[in-house]
Amino acid sequence: MDLKVNDYTTDDGLTVINVEGEIDVYTAPKLREKLIDLVNKGKFHLLVDMEKVEFLDSTGLGVLVGGLKRVRAHDGSLELVCTQERILKIFRITGLTKVFGIHDSIQEAQEKRKGQK
Amino acid sequence: MATVELAFSALPVHVRTARLIVTAVARRSGVEEELLDEVRLAVGEACSRAVEAHRLHCPAEPVRLELHDDDGRFEVVVNDAASNGKPVDPLPAAPPRGGGAGGGDDPDSLGLAVISGLVDDVEIAPTPDGTQIRMGWPVAAHSSGSN
Repeated sequence: MDLKVNDYTTDDGLTVINVEGEIDVYTAPKLREKLIDLVNKGKFHLLVDMEKVEFLDSTGLGVLVGGLKRVRAHDGSLELVCTQERILKIFRITGLTKVFGIHDSIQEAQEKRKGQK
Repeated sequence: MATVELAFSALPVHVRTARLIVTAVARRSGVEEELLDEVRLAVGEACSRAVEAHRLHCPAEPVRLELHDDDGRFEVVVNDAASNGKPVDPLPAAPPRGGGAGGGDDPDSLGLAVISGLVDDVEIAPTPDGTQIRMGWPVAAHSSGSN
């Protein structure tokens, strides 16, 4: 299955990345390239919407952690939207729930972001 | 002899195929539906790790899996042939410390952390050829060996 990765930037400067499909050792490079491309374009506040992700493995986690490192180097942020238990489980197992802000919806992430400004 | 044996070229594109086959055999063997996500993820991690090891050390060698369905247990054995003279890393005792962004993106240690966190019945051991990851799940008693 192909991985679909699309993005748009909201009025408040948050770049939402919609990811659809399976993120594994074969498809993860596509997400990595997207994150690198966005950072190179000066997009440092990223929100990865994982609601349509059907599978995520440690390669995908590595790509997300790599993206987080890149945006943090520019005082940016990389947060996630995810309510799927099967995906959340892998974040819990690896302790990465403490590293990523994980939201129930894009709207919730935007509201929290406004509250922090 | 294993119930099913599978060998595939050490290419990332084939890992998904391996996941699908193992999950189908696990379902047929009677592994509970709620455990199938765990089987899929753990097998994917083990295969991804083996593929990366082969690409570094022996790209022409296939990755081999054995699936056993015996004695009320479904077992998956993933063998790599990428011995580089170093013993396998021991299983991490805990998740990556604090998940710090500096250390959390090592795919090999992260993959082993996921396997050890997910699967209760797992052994990782060096072999003369490389590394063997052996993982097991219970099957429903009435399903074992059926069909």
